[in-house]
Amino acid sequence: MAKEQLAYDEFMKGLWRENPVFVQVLGLCPLLAVTNSAINGLAMGLASFFVLLGSSILVSLFKSYIPKQVRISCFIIIIATFVTVVDYTLAAALPVIHKELGAFIPLIVANCLILGRMEAFASRNTLRMSVADAFGMGAGFLFALVSLGAVREILGVGELFGIALFGANFEPWVIMILPPGGFITLGVMLLYFNWLEEKKNKIDKQLATEDGVN
Amino acid sequence: MSEDKVEQAAVADEPSPARLIGTLAIAGLVSGVIIIAIYLATFETIKENKARELREAVFRVLPNVSKMQKLLLKEGKLEVSYKEEKGEEPIYAGYDDNNTFMGYAIPSDGPGFADTISVLYGYRPSDRKVIGMWILASRETPGLGDKIYKDAAFVANFDDLAIEPPIVATKRGKSKPNEIDAITGATISSVAVARIINKGNDYWVSRLPEPGAEPAYVEVETPPEAEDAQAQ
Amino acid sequence: MGDLGWIFISTLLINNFVLAYFLGLCPFLGVSNKLEVSFRLGLATIFVMVVTALCAWFLNTYVLIHAPYLRLISFIVVIASVVQLIEMAIKKTSPALFRALGIFLPLITTNCAILGLAIFATNKGYGLWEGLVYALGAGMGFTLAIVLMAGMRQEVEKVNAMPKLIRGFAFNLIISGILSMAFMGFAGLFSSS
Repeated sequence: MAKEQLAYDEFMKGLWRENPVFVQVLGLCPLLAVTNSAINGLAMGLASFFVLLGSSILVSLFKSYIPKQVRISCFIIIIATFVTVVDYTLAAALPVIHKELGAFIPLIVANCLILGRMEAFASRNTLRMSVADAFGMGAGFLFALVSLGAVREILGVGELFGIALFGANFEPWVIMILPPGGFITLGVMLLYFNWLEEKKNKIDKQLATEDGVN
Repeated sequence: MSEDKVEQAAVADEPSPARLIGTLAIAGLVSGVIIIAIYLATFETIKENKARELREAVFRVLPNVSKMQKLLLKEGKLEVSYKEEKGEEPIYAGYDDNNTFMGYAIPSDGPGFADTISVLYGYRPSDRKVIGMWILASRETPGLGDKIYKDAAFVANFDDLAIEPPIVATKRGKSKPNEIDAITGATISSVAVARIINKGNDYWVSRLPEPGAEPAYVEVETPPEAEDAQAQ
Repeated sequence: MGDLGWIFISTLLINNFVLAYFLGLCPFLGVSNKLEVSFRLGLATIFVMVVTALCAWFLNTYVLIHAPYLRLISFIVVIASVVQLIEMAIKKTSPALFRALGIFLPLITTNCAILGLAIFATNKGYGLWEGLVYALGAGMGFTLAIVLMAGMRQEVEKVNAMPKLIRGFAFNLIISGILSMAFMGFAGLFSSS
């Protein structure tokens, strides 16, 4: 029971409390480049999720066999293998999406989030916890990609997942699906998360002082 | 004394170079096997996807065409080719159901408003006309520049277009056979498309064989492209 | 100007690696607080990019033509090793140069702009010269972007009235957005002539 609780906690940590994008600000490169629509964000999110989960399992299974001097090289080989698998699979199964994401699929390798989780978590924890962590972080990254893609698509094209939301009179903010829109949308979303964090800290402080009085 | 012990322990912890290299070699080997496996497993599908995409583009720019073959310029002569060659600059010949030659599909690219635009256009040598245009890749501004492929009226400009004198994009409404209507708000992209096609013509028109002397359609059992095209 | 000129201007300004393709964002946002450091990081990046372009061309021409599936792995391994070797060589031969640029080299090697350069150049089918010009354009574009960013950040730091909430990543991203918008003005530079 306690174990279940811990694994659940790891998952929630990645999804929200320590969200890789909104709180830790990692993996920005694929994040901003492909989120000009929700569907692209979803595809990139799932691809990264798969790579993160697969690499976490392998690294966690073989952690005691990998000498620490060559661990980074081993991690990169493992990650690059999974990315190649994803790249070819997408090209075969979903050529349209593959063309849309283009060169950014191989660039998943350079996503510091994935290598970071290997180094900081999977190589030090049990398989079970690593899987929970990968699920949480992967889901958190996916959540960030899809929400960013959705906001940019809604404002920039007036559609969501390709379905028109507004009437013909809607004048789309084209800038939102162009590069500047990516920077600005993420900036505003980070502001929102900062604000949440500050509000939470205030409440915590208040509770702490109240406890002190009691 | 104690320091010695610590050092010894450190040395004992230090894996031998052979072990380090061994670990990396095993990792590399396993990774290589997996990558080759996935490459072989997906190779045919990816090749078919690419061939289908190309075929669809060629059929789009050449009306009434149901078969195509790749042509390469070798020593000044156009030859039918099935192999992938490095640095090749192919064009494609389209044929109808009776294997009659209908026109060439010529790829060309050049600077657009944002990034390089890649164009495929259909060219009919018998009356020296462009008979279709399709954008293969571009990063033009959504809502403005991307009308070069989203705006059917603009694409229709290229359905029957004389190439001499060179194609001109005009804002005042086309009046001559070599003019196209530029898109309002995306003049630069429109001009770029015209310029890219002119560039393709500059290179290819003088190198194409005389009308009537085009390479005949070769029925071959090997290339899957031909079979697929017939199946469709 | 011919194709090389277009490649250079396009990667330097119009399709700037950082501001249009979001490559190399980690150093762009992380190391852009001091003007001088940013400039040196930029120089080191130009250098690594040129080395990368050479490596990518060599691999594409002699190795990957036989084994295309090894593209990603070989790019990573070869680029990282070559940069490491150069770093050691610089350390031995020119300690001054090493102090100025060398410390950035390991940081840059794992940067997505480097891998991105190799992959983009391959996808575009660039030869040796085109690849080198592409690398120069991309590296100088990165330097330009990070130096501009550092300049703006240094000025902004002087403003005390700015609320604490907005400081940090959120604000840097919004500045980057404005910078990126300004760079969009370069579009059409080449084709309107």
